[in-house]
Amino acid sequence: MSDAITNILLVGVGGQGILLASEILSEAFMLAGFDVKKSEIHGMSQRGGSVVSHVRYGREVHSPIVPEGEGDILFGFEILETYRSLPLLRKGGTVVANDLRISPPAVLLGQEPYPEDLPEKIRAQFPDFLLMDGQKLAADAGNIRAANTVLLGAVSKRLDIADECWQKALEKMVPSKALDVNLKAFQLGRSL
Amino acid sequence: MKEILSGNEAIARGAFEAGVKVASAYPGTPSTEILENIVNYKEIDSSWAPNEKVALEVAIGASFGGGRAIACMKHVGVNVAADPLFTLSYTGVGGGLVLVVADDPEMHSSQDEQDSRNYARFAKVPMLEPADSQECKDFTRLAFELSEQFDTPVMLRSCTRISHGKSIVALGEPVTGLPTPKLVKNPAKLVMLPGNARVRHPLVEERTVKLGEYGSSAPINRIEMRDTSIGVITAGVSYHYVREVLPQASVLKLGMVYPLPMELIWEFAAKVKTLYVVEELDPFIEEQVKAAGIAVTGKEIISRCGELTPGRLRKAFGIPGAAQATVEKLPGRPPNMCPGCPHRGVFFSLNQLKAYVTGDIGCYTLGFMPPLNAMDTCVCMGASISNASGIVRVLSDDEKKKVVAVIGDSTFLHTGVNSLMEMAYNRAPATVVILDNRITAMTGRQDNPASGWTLMDDQTTGVDLVQLCTALGIRNVRVVDPLDLAQTRAVLQEEMNRPEPSVIITNRPCVLVKRDGVFQKGLVLSVDQDHCTGCKACLKLGCPAIEWQPAPDGKKGKAFIDPQLCNGCDVCRQLCKFDAIGRVQ
Ligand SMILES: Cc1ncc(C[n+]2csc(CCOP(=O)(O)OP(=O)(O)O)c2C)c(N)n1
Ligand code: SF4
Ligand code: SF4
Repeated sequence: MSDAITNILLVGVGGQGILLASEILSEAFMLAGFDVKKSEIHGMSQRGGSVVSHVRYGREVHSPIVPEGEGDILFGFEILETYRSLPLLRKGGTVVANDLRISPPAVLLGQEPYPEDLPEKIRAQFPDFLLMDGQKLAADAGNIRAANTVLLGAVSKRLDIADECWQKALEKMVPSKALDVNLKAFQLGRSL
Repeated sequence: MKEILSGNEAIARGAFEAGVKVASAYPGTPSTEILENIVNYKEIDSSWAPNEKVALEVAIGASFGGGRAIACMKHVGVNVAADPLFTLSYTGVGGGLVLVVADDPEMHSSQDEQDSRNYARFAKVPMLEPADSQECKDFTRLAFELSEQFDTPVMLRSCTRISHGKSIVALGEPVTGLPTPKLVKNPAKLVMLPGNARVRHPLVEERTVKLGEYGSSAPINRIEMRDTSIGVITAGVSYHYVREVLPQASVLKLGMVYPLPMELIWEFAAKVKTLYVVEELDPFIEEQVKAAGIAVTGKEIISRCGELTPGRLRKAFGIPGAAQATVEKLPGRPPNMCPGCPHRGVFFSLNQLKAYVTGDIGCYTLGFMPPLNAMDTCVCMGASISNASGIVRVLSDDEKKKVVAVIGDSTFLHTGVNSLMEMAYNRAPATVVILDNRITAMTGRQDNPASGWTLMDDQTTGVDLVQLCTALGIRNVRVVDPLDLAQTRAVLQEEMNRPEPSVIITNRPCVLVKRDGVFQKGLVLSVDQDHCTGCKACLKLGCPAIEWQPAPDGKKGKAFIDPQLCNGCDVCRQLCKFDAIGRVQ
């Protein structure tokens, strides 16, 4: 095993299920035999604020937060939050994001427009960018609520972790009645 | 067995492995999940206390009875619990007693970033500081052993990054063979009258010296020799930032941050060329090292404010960081009250009445945010009422009428009761609104003494807030439906005008309360686009379900309600003068 550490950032809006996604990632990395650390701020995340979760794995991980500008993969659940978090990513890093807009308060109140052309702006700085319609893909897999899992599948493809570790992590973290749909959603994302 | 645990989960596991009998806490980010995980170990009697002082005193009682006991709180909770803590230091313990305190450098969800290590020194009790989840578990166990061995309460200090960070933990087996709790009389040790306390104090000083000596040989304080040109003394999560940013540096990693192992520090200082202390917040270690006459650099390069990050540490040591992408200024995304939150209409009304609102801490502190803009002060839990009581004493009769204190049910029971007693007793003519949403919402929906349920999910007698306020001497206690704007506003206006103390209690639950039948979602509303004139009246609520949709080609925009988000509280409908908001068929 090399000393390299892989840094993943999950970003989005409170209530979007970011914490669960980062737990599934962490579990899979542990099952694959890596050291793992994960960190995020829960405080008021449920009230619709920005959320950033850091997950790091490798032979030995020290800091629980990803050093600024060293993220390898940015996993975005919402497009404005994805764009906002670009400074966390290293040059040449990968972006996998859901093509979803959630208006922040100033936009809801009509005081500011929702910023335009964010996907184009992301791609201009980070060409390795996969933008997906998570909701639509999840509907294809059988449940619109499994959008996060489709995205997770797409992220998983960019990581060198055995299939069975993902399978076991999902079995452990996803409630059994939703497992089938989520496994399907995961494989769909993994095939993109 | 290995598991990925958060620091809080690992502390709970450590408490279980240590054979803890009683756990008490008051919620507070980032400490809340400790007790919420301890309750999963059915062997432990776990309960929420109305405040941190009571939580610690419950733990003290259990310890005096011979059981191991733990109390958990956030940093500012120790301010509330400080009174028993300082005397507990003198009495010492029966069964081991651990006080867990979780600091919040950077104030991710707190009103200040006080450094709890100062309390350990102030109260003369040892403090351990874990650097990851494994240490959270191991140090919790160790803390109980030290507590009994040295006859002292032990503080365990966490912080947001430790409590809410996750890492891999190897689980252990619970201890066996702990003595069975029973009553043992020892009044000379436990009754802190001056005569007894004078005997105890020198013992406390001796204990601190012995703990310092213990620390110099204990494995939780360890020297890691690498390159000797730089030596760093550090503890807690900062240790990992040091290892990340200065991988070649020699390190003295402290697991016990008070008392300091001075012998070990001397030894380490002699081995390295330049000595640094890397610590968040106060120069706690640094000042003690400097006082010992050892040259060291610390706060000259590392800020006293905020938390440390790898990037900030790099900057301190002049190491260039990675190049970062830049983005323009973007609309921020601060937290907001939920759609249908029962607090919203109250703040809307207070704004309309141009009240001067002395605020308090809870979800309702978000009433400060635009567009509600209806909070003028917020100091600490319980302060809303006493601040109002004080401010009316210096105002003209006209201005007195504007003063309204707002306080949540949990906060009222935490320390607001004392404040209301004062206000009633001294007849201060302010108006108090108790926002009774039936839960402690801000910290993630914990039960409290008014909710009627305990942490262990047993039904109990809930505090009757109307009777309580009446018993405290408030003659005007009124209950309002905060989702009825006209009623809320009328009652507020009447009570504000009354030259006497009065209390208004709201009666709608938080929309996130999960218990059956407490919160009932109303009918989802929608905006009839033909009737909406674009007057923006409904937007003044700041409900996240209502969105302004600008029209193309410069025409007037219209409001739109997201049916996925709307909780049907009906408040926005009451604001629309054009009957454009209606129920979805
Ligand atoms: C001394 C202290 N302890 C704990 C906290 C954490 N805390 C902030 S608000 C709050 C409770 C809020 O509950 P409530 O008053 O019922 O208002 P709600 O959030 O339900 O609207 C807690 C526990 C704190 N800020 N200070
Ligand atoms: S959690 Fe409850 S009290 Fe807090 S903002 Fe949401 S509805 Fe209001
Ligand atoms: S009824 Fe109106 S104010 Fe209430 S949640 Fe729905 S949109 Fe928001």
